[in-house]
Amino acid sequence: MKLLLELFGAFAKIGLFTFGGGYAMIALIEDICVERKKWIPHEEMLDITVIAESTPGPIAINCATYVGYKRSGMAGAIAATVGIVLPSFCIIFLISMFLNSFLDNRWLASAFMGIKLSVGILIIDAAIKMIGKMRKKTLPCIIMSCSFIAMLLIDIFALQMSSITLMLVAAVVGLAVFRMKKHPAKEGNAR
Amino acid sequence: MIYLDLLIGFLKVGLFSFGGAYSAIPLIRDVVLSYGWLDDEMLTYMIAVSESTPGPIMVNMATYVGSSQAGFLGAFIATTAVVLPSFVIILLIMILLKKLLNNPYVQAVLRGMKPCMVGIILATGIYIITLNCCGNPKDFKLNAMSTVMTIILAVIYFGSRKFLKKGISPIVLIVISAILGILVYGCF
Repeated sequence: MKLLLELFGAFAKIGLFTFGGGYAMIALIEDICVERKKWIPHEEMLDITVIAESTPGPIAINCATYVGYKRSGMAGAIAATVGIVLPSFCIIFLISMFLNSFLDNRWLASAFMGIKLSVGILIIDAAIKMIGKMRKKTLPCIIMSCSFIAMLLIDIFALQMSSITLMLVAAVVGLAVFRMKKHPAKEGNAR
Repeated sequence: MIYLDLLIGFLKVGLFSFGGAYSAIPLIRDVVLSYGWLDDEMLTYMIAVSESTPGPIMVNMATYVGSSQAGFLGAFIATTAVVLPSFVIILLIMILLKKLLNNPYVQAVLRGMKPCMVGIILATGIYIITLNCCGNPKDFKLNAMSTVMTIILAVIYFGSRKFLKKGISPIVLIVISAILGILVYGCF
């Protein structure tokens, strides 16, 4: 029980003090779970980061679930995950009650009109960073260009197609290319 | 039924957002626009609020959308839904399938999905900037003030990396843009 509370407390602290999510949180998680509490060794932290990158969902949640489960099973996983979500849940819930009345204020409304402009820049910056980390090979580059063009067309013409459909298509392409590379002769014969 | 819609909508977001906070933004945009929960304007405000408050951006967005549509229970359902897929997947990997991620077929699927996600994010960023500067593509009209301000902000944000080691953080950019917004839109 003490360990559960400790897990909850540690991850609540991480949830409360990291802004911007994602990688900023990994640094703090590493600091607390590896350096101070010694819950997991450093090498395992690297493994977690790799797993977190290959699984969907917020990276911080992936880390919390992993460390919690590792230290005290299912209960630990729940304690750590709830811990990391709870602070932002409370803060955003409070904000959601006031945001609309905030926007009636002339000064805050114009502040938000400025803020709106920086959001697009931040999204593009995130995309550029991801392109930098991407493998520079033919297949990823083609998939990326196609999904970029498709998504732009979907947005411009307000098409009723979800980006999830695009991702599923890309998953099928990934599989198909893998099969073709693995059994080139068979594929050739079949045709 | 709003609770069911929130549950399904945010389960989808949680299940398909590979590769960090910003990958969830196009998916969330998809969901909130198709159900009519938020418009693009409100959505960009919320991205900024999520970026400037602690915690994972995805969770913040889910809580906000849930709360604005269906109060506390809505916030609870949306937040749980966005967290649940990654929670379950990590547990499955740890308990049953330690080798799952090394499976060549899983790797092949991920090799397809990750670059696709990057393209989607890039398109979303460019589209949001176009919305700010030129309005809806159906009635295209250049907004000179917004365009100039966007360029100034981009120069500040990317240019700061030349002079500072890591450049300014997203929160600092948001604060600068808020001040610029008050000066330009508030005072004129």
